[in-house]
Amino acid sequence: MSETVLDVRDLEAGYEPGVPIVRGASITVGKGEIVVVLGPNGAGKSSFIKAIAGLVPITGGTVTLDGRDITSAPAYTMVRLGLAFVPQTENIFPLMSVEDNLRVACGILERRDIPARIEEMYAAFPDLVRQRRTAAGNLSGGQRQMLAVARALIVHPKVLVLDEPSAGLSPKFVAMVFEMLAGIRKSGVTILLVEQNAKAALAIGDRAYVLVEGKDRHEGVASELWNDPVVAELYLGQRPLSAEKTPHTGNGGAA
Amino acid sequence: MSLQFVVDGLLTGSMIGLGAIGVTLTYSILRFSNFAHGDFMAWGTYATLTIVGAIGAIFGKVAPIGPLSFGWPLLVALVAGMAFTALLALLLDKVLFSRLRSQGQAIIVVMASFGASMALRSLLEFTFTSRPTYFSRAIQIAMPVGFGIRITADQIALLLLTAALVIGVHLLMTRTQTGRSMQALSQNPALARIVGIDVARVVRVTWIVGAALACVAGVMIGILVQIRPFMGFDMLLPMFAAAILGGIGSIPGAVLGGLIIGLAEASAVQLIGAEWRAAVSFIILMAVLFVRPIGLFGVRER
Repeated sequence: MSETVLDVRDLEAGYEPGVPIVRGASITVGKGEIVVVLGPNGAGKSSFIKAIAGLVPITGGTVTLDGRDITSAPAYTMVRLGLAFVPQTENIFPLMSVEDNLRVACGILERRDIPARIEEMYAAFPDLVRQRRTAAGNLSGGQRQMLAVARALIVHPKVLVLDEPSAGLSPKFVAMVFEMLAGIRKSGVTILLVEQNAKAALAIGDRAYVLVEGKDRHEGVASELWNDPVVAELYLGQRPLSAEKTPHTGNGGAA
Repeated sequence: MSLQFVVDGLLTGSMIGLGAIGVTLTYSILRFSNFAHGDFMAWGTYATLTIVGAIGAIFGKVAPIGPLSFGWPLLVALVAGMAFTALLALLLDKVLFSRLRSQGQAIIVVMASFGASMALRSLLEFTFTSRPTYFSRAIQIAMPVGFGIRITADQIALLLLTAALVIGVHLLMTRTQTGRSMQALSQNPALARIVGIDVARVVRVTWIVGAALACVAGVMIGILVQIRPFMGFDMLLPMFAAAILGGIGSIPGAVLGGLIIGLAEASAVQLIGAEWRAAVSFIILMAVLFVRPIGLFGVRER
């Protein structure tokens, strides 16, 4: 395996003392890899990734980025340390223009490098150029996600961490977002993501972990996990993962 | 009817507007209504007055600048007073507001600001008595400028100062990284931290800007009206009305709201009598809350 960029060891974390949500989870992310963290609902995936990003209090274990201990570093120092996080929802500033959304994230860059770096982001995400003066709240769901990712990438992070980038998006946009992530990896960025949409995530991932009840229970090559019976059992109880149907909308929706 | 109310209204509106900038910033960034904001005004004014007195004791009598009622000591004292008021706000935040804010209940912080307001005001009365005082007792001659309007040199200077400060703060908010960070923090505090914004630093800047402008507004009242320990507290309702009318979080909105309320008050004095003056901002506040609660430049919460 290539050199390790992010090393999370025996992580314990939770919002309230004595009530851990993450209970001793360990993962490693190698340079240039896409690593996916899967798991059933309520497995603590989101808390796990937020704890790494400094947003959920850590009560045990360590997080090491590029050989440097970043456990419990304040969230606002993470971009400087090389970790850029994209939250699941509310990941843009809705009343600010697209350009100001990018610019406000450039606090750690040299002032004179900022305009060129913003243009680089526009080159990588051409959809955003036409909207540069638009309030970000008026973007479509897919474009918002693009802006959120561009905003995270603008500071040259060592690792890009995403919390369910496909959540709440229509299928068309889900495909677009995963295509975008695959493209970003090609440019050499290391990616760690938590995903509910296992199929799409495993299709672009290199390796994956299955998190159950706040603990990493299984690990493997992404392309093989899809048909792995152990995963199916952990993830869904009994059904093999490949038998998972697209979630039906049920009758609870619009009348 | 004389158009004099336009000048009076613009002046009152400038004082209200400068104060309302601090109110709206505190509300949108720190997420509470700071009822001690008026007392920052009064403290800033008394600090400025004290420094003017100290300069007078050292340098003797200083001639006023041109046709104005004041000389360079007041300008120097104003800058020092702004710094003092900013330090006062930072101190109050450190010992009181930040501790309560971390407990996460806005209403407790609001109540604490009420308490701080009373304590600050009482301290002023204790130190300076409640008797009104003045920067200068000289009487200025108002120049006629047509349409039955008369205006003094002080009034012109202070209107220009207000315009310069408002433009400055607007540029700070929209063109600088600090201003963008303030906007970001008001729109989404969690995301602001994620993109690398040092929240504690932005909070400090917010207090400094709000308190410094409160001091200027207070000194304006001191120059044009009089200095009393209650001078700031009496401005609270118009300031909040202006901030809400303009739309919480909007600097141009706060200033425009201040001017509208100032003009409405001044015209009410002429049309229906001075005793109704105080009711005007209350009526406007009610009307806004009923008709357009987000204010002129406000944006609906998601």
